[in-house]
Amino acid sequence: MLQDRDRIFTNLYGEQPWQLEAARRRGDWDGTRELILKGREWIVQQIKDSGLRGRGGAGFPTSLKWSFMPKTSDGGPVYLVVNADESEPGTCKDREILRHEPHKLLEGVVLAGAAMGCTHCYIYVRGEFVREAQVLEAAVQEAYEAGLIGRNACGSGYDIEVVVHRGAGAYICGEETGLLESLEGKKGQPRLKPPFPAQVGLYGRPTTVNNVETIAVVPTILRRGADWFAGLGRPNNTGTKIFCISGHVNQPCTVEEEMGIPLRELIEKHAGGVRGGWDNLLAVIPGGSSVPLIPKSVCDTVRMDFDALREAGSGLGTAGVIVMDRSTDIVKAIARLSRFYMHESCGQCTPCREGTGWLWRMMERLVRGEAEIEEIDQLWDVTKQIEGHTICALGDAAAWPVQGLIRHFRDELERRIRERKRRQAA
Amino acid sequence: MPKVTINGREYEVPAGITVFQACELAGIEIPHFCYHPRLNIAGNCRMCLVEVEKSPKPVASCAMPVMDGMVIRTDTPMVHKARRGVLEFLLINHPLDCPICDQGGECDLQDLTLFYGPDHSRYRENKRAVADKYLGPLISTHMTRCIHCTRCIRFLTEVAGVPELGGINRGEHMEITNYIERALTSELQGNIIDLCPVGALNSKPYEYRARTWELRKTESVDVMDAVGSAIRVDSRGNEVMRILPRLHEEVNEEWISDRTRFAYDGLKYRRLDVPMVRRAGRLEEADWREAFRAIRDRLAGVPGERVAFIIGDLACLESMVLVRELAARLECPHVDSRQLGERLSGRVRVEHLFNPTIAGIERADLCLLVGTNPRWEAPLVNARLRKAWRLSGLEVARLGCPFDLTYPVDHLGDSPTILEAIADGSHPFARRLEKAERPLLILGTGAVARPDGAAILHLAWRIAERYGLVRDDWTGYGFLHHAAARPGALELGLVPAEGGRDVAAILEGAERGEIEVVFLLGADEIDATRLDGAFLVYLGTHGDRAAPHADVILPGAAYTEKNATWVNTEGRPQRGRLAVFPPGEAREDWKILRALSEALGRTVPLDNLGQVRARMAEINPALSLVDAISPAAWEPFGSPGPVQDEPFVSPIRDFYLTNPITRASRTMQRCSREILHGEPAAEEAEVA
Amino acid sequence: MSPRFPRRKPVGAMAPDVDHFSFTPENMAKAQEIIARYPEGRQASAVLPLLHLAQAQHGGWLPKAALDHVADLLGMPRIQVYEVGTFYDMFNLEPVGRIQVRVCTTTPCWLCGSDEVLRACRDVLGVEPGESTPDGRFFVREFECLGACANAPVMWIDDDYYEDLDYERAKRVLEAIARGDKPRPGPQSGRRGSMPAGGKTTLLFAEEGE
Repeated sequence: MLQDRDRIFTNLYGEQPWQLEAARRRGDWDGTRELILKGREWIVQQIKDSGLRGRGGAGFPTSLKWSFMPKTSDGGPVYLVVNADESEPGTCKDREILRHEPHKLLEGVVLAGAAMGCTHCYIYVRGEFVREAQVLEAAVQEAYEAGLIGRNACGSGYDIEVVVHRGAGAYICGEETGLLESLEGKKGQPRLKPPFPAQVGLYGRPTTVNNVETIAVVPTILRRGADWFAGLGRPNNTGTKIFCISGHVNQPCTVEEEMGIPLRELIEKHAGGVRGGWDNLLAVIPGGSSVPLIPKSVCDTVRMDFDALREAGSGLGTAGVIVMDRSTDIVKAIARLSRFYMHESCGQCTPCREGTGWLWRMMERLVRGEAEIEEIDQLWDVTKQIEGHTICALGDAAAWPVQGLIRHFRDELERRIRERKRRQAA
Repeated sequence: MPKVTINGREYEVPAGITVFQACELAGIEIPHFCYHPRLNIAGNCRMCLVEVEKSPKPVASCAMPVMDGMVIRTDTPMVHKARRGVLEFLLINHPLDCPICDQGGECDLQDLTLFYGPDHSRYRENKRAVADKYLGPLISTHMTRCIHCTRCIRFLTEVAGVPELGGINRGEHMEITNYIERALTSELQGNIIDLCPVGALNSKPYEYRARTWELRKTESVDVMDAVGSAIRVDSRGNEVMRILPRLHEEVNEEWISDRTRFAYDGLKYRRLDVPMVRRAGRLEEADWREAFRAIRDRLAGVPGERVAFIIGDLACLESMVLVRELAARLECPHVDSRQLGERLSGRVRVEHLFNPTIAGIERADLCLLVGTNPRWEAPLVNARLRKAWRLSGLEVARLGCPFDLTYPVDHLGDSPTILEAIADGSHPFARRLEKAERPLLILGTGAVARPDGAAILHLAWRIAERYGLVRDDWTGYGFLHHAAARPGALELGLVPAEGGRDVAAILEGAERGEIEVVFLLGADEIDATRLDGAFLVYLGTHGDRAAPHADVILPGAAYTEKNATWVNTEGRPQRGRLAVFPPGEAREDWKILRALSEALGRTVPLDNLGQVRARMAEINPALSLVDAISPAAWEPFGSPGPVQDEPFVSPIRDFYLTNPITRASRTMQRCSREILHGEPAAEEAEVA
Repeated sequence: MSPRFPRRKPVGAMAPDVDHFSFTPENMAKAQEIIARYPEGRQASAVLPLLHLAQAQHGGWLPKAALDHVADLLGMPRIQVYEVGTFYDMFNLEPVGRIQVRVCTTTPCWLCGSDEVLRACRDVLGVEPGESTPDGRFFVREFECLGACANAPVMWIDDDYYEDLDYERAKRVLEAIARGDKPRPGPQSGRRGSMPAGGKTTLLFAEEGE
């Protein structure tokens, strides 16, 4: 278990004020100027050595993403966009950073911005987070007044303007190019890639989009050293991670833990265990709604990191752990996710626009057993027709939960169909 | 040049093209819906997915640039499965109403489903129904059929520059609409009917009136403006059912204006289909012999200098050759084709032609429009100007005719005196002309159809000289005509001979009794009441403005009813072809004039189309090559003189009502009322 | 004239027009301040904040005139603002009740009893999700994941989240608001933020240190 001294987000629960003074007492904005002055190569190298992978779901190596940005300035603006459009079901970690640790994020913005030569930063906060955006805006105000951001940030000679931008209710704006479209005043429909944002991003300029948590851990990594972060977890899966544990546990919570902590330990140590005991566990969605569920047998031993969960046929995603006990109507739980993806599909490309609705309608019938056995294979086939054929990852995200259900609960689906047929015959 | 391997064969392809285009070059067809070479890439239909080595997922070929060494496969199980999957998704919510769908027989979804699609439906849920939208008098909608390819949105936004369509809502509730249930306002909107790969957007006037396989397709050329757009006239029996664009990269690309597309119902109404002779003050039906006799009788003893010919806006070259020959035999010097009094001399080709060529607009970097509203006078030229602005940063300035041209225009003012200031270098715009690499000066009818027109033309010549508008590889001066007949008439020299009267003098002469007989070849843009004193012969197609004043009416053939030649504003002779026969007794115009000459005892010895065209080529060799431009030599034109302070005015006041055909068209009348004059939608005839 | 409150929000319908909409002088000043946050020529970026502002000014929904006003203010094609207005879930294009009650019913909240929260809405307000109360005070709807899953189930009323709900707690919150009170937002269980209800399991040194 992670030691308290190795926790980055020491005000995760908002026990202390979020304001600058309290943040400074927690160690934020300490020596930021010196860190900036070490230069962009140094910062990128530190992040590379730390092994930090993006915390927004895909787990892409952060330093590699940063390295795609132009190394020299052409005089035009370069953008850092922070993705605070946290909307993945099961995920509520960025919210805690926004409202309780906003200065960690802002300090991260300055350091990451300096590492990439960014001139402006937009923080895109989901529209529903009204209060969180208000806290963040006030923190931005404080930081400006203290000279920490803006011109000559922290007295380092580096300039970065920071703007908080509110969304208006669209999951797809969490997709990085959908977010950029939205920020430009359009519908949040993801863009075709290539070109990637590092070449053609916001307003056609080089842009990096990073998740809140990714940016917020940067200052601590730079202060405590890449080795410290890399020493937590295991290679390729380093550092600490905020986990959100929801659903059928005795004490749902968010908690910062070491990458690679066993799922069972995470649930039992921090979330008070599964309702009715570990043996009452049915399945867990370990990384936000987009990853396939894992049944109890896998949960018994699996570790919570990128590689281990991938090997288990799922993913770490956003580390939003949704726990379902044996009382769960698992088909309905997944059908509700299908409805979510149908509702959140942007409608741009064919497989997602048409396929997500089809999935949901079939799932609704399967909840009631109103189907033929062969339709389970057809459902699988439809998920395969969506997966990998769409512009963005929402198609995959809609397909995977259903695939996970079929993979692990096919018996349950068949049982309902047969039962209904039996009832009808009777 | 990058090397790519497609289905096992290696190809060298130009750098910067897409995988889709590389496959096209290799002769491999990639099925697609949203992709269109003239629109921005959307990549949303996902039909063009192909397999690219090292990519775990299939790749949208329309959006993926080729890279050296790329290995592409279009025939693998992964590709076939992807295509079948996309088609299945498109079909689950698509109605099975092909038997009553206008697109049936020319539907991309139908065709591609046949080749790549599933043969049965696995969809057991209810299909989606989408409310139809009202988009005005030209386009009908069946939105349940829409496959959301967004071509219509992209066309209006990018090509037409009138962003009025969008996709509202999201996910499966996404709908294409203008949201306001009012008519679209673009003059190019009809093109979205062609672009729609399914039957969601249909031609409202054509809807439910024919099936595509019943139609006879005739390749022809448009006369609704002087662009000379390539068109296809689809007819059934002896009726024009619809008009579609043909591809002509140098003229209209693949677009046509709504006037070109939708005015054809005007060919049915108000037609002159029998010769008529005025007897005791009333026009009465007659036969050809009687009509000719009436003319012969009236002309008897009238010297040629008391006779005049005025040529209208739609006349073909063949009929104009006959007019020229007949006038010569009548020793009549008063022949004019410049209905609006344009001060074009007809003697210097470079003066009256659009020398830079329409496609050449794309090479210009600075353009000055003088006395023209190209959006209404030549919509496809305006579309080119917009394209050049959009793709290569053309900067446009203008004098006169303030109007939204769909791209930014620097309005320098309305007065010709500004042109003078530019010519003498005292206007700041002169600096821009000096700096421009390929500057372009476009004069329109509004710049020359005025008393000081020749002086303005001279200023244009001086500007061209002073700022190097004309170089070996670039003629940066062009005249933009608005009437189909005009450039051809000028190429034939149909202007008054030495001592001859122009249109204004003919009208004046008729009022004073100095002109006794006037022949109008479809000339309806003049004030015909001023000809009431003369004996008026009207050869034309419609009972429009002039015919009611005629003493003899000779029913002619409209542009869809004859094999004939028109020269577009660039000086490009193009052939129109007979799609349907002229109605009733009406005949091809040149034949009427040939017969008339014989009846008058002044036979023009041109007995067939071949001879007429040979004569045409004798008069001006530039007219001998079809669809080829013979560049005009750069010579001085115009004549120095003072200019007036009167603002420039475009000759067109109503885009939809510009000539006898459009004025007879109910569709055009409705467009004028609803789109230009904001009258509420008249949907009385339609079932909601 | 009082607006009519349709029982259900039609999908894909055109926003009804009202005679006129324009920002109040105070909101216009705010709008100008927002527009200034974005680069020259990129005013369209301000469309979401301006639509939020317009919706707040207009009592919780956006008539077509408001969309047009924002489009004209930002120099955007109107159709683009219609697209944006209909794309994002937070904008109402039909008249709705002023107090907006949005119940998260996505899987994590559903697992923890969001059906009970909806039942509380029905019982207290007498309307189904998607409906407004006939007096125009409340609008109730289901909403997709609100991003507070560790405090599920969640109800979002105007600007505040009410968390850790069950039937009784949701009922109490709604009744208080109906009375005109301002119940304390956040977890209704009394715990702090998303800390485990039984007391925190981490960050204990902070307490030891104090």
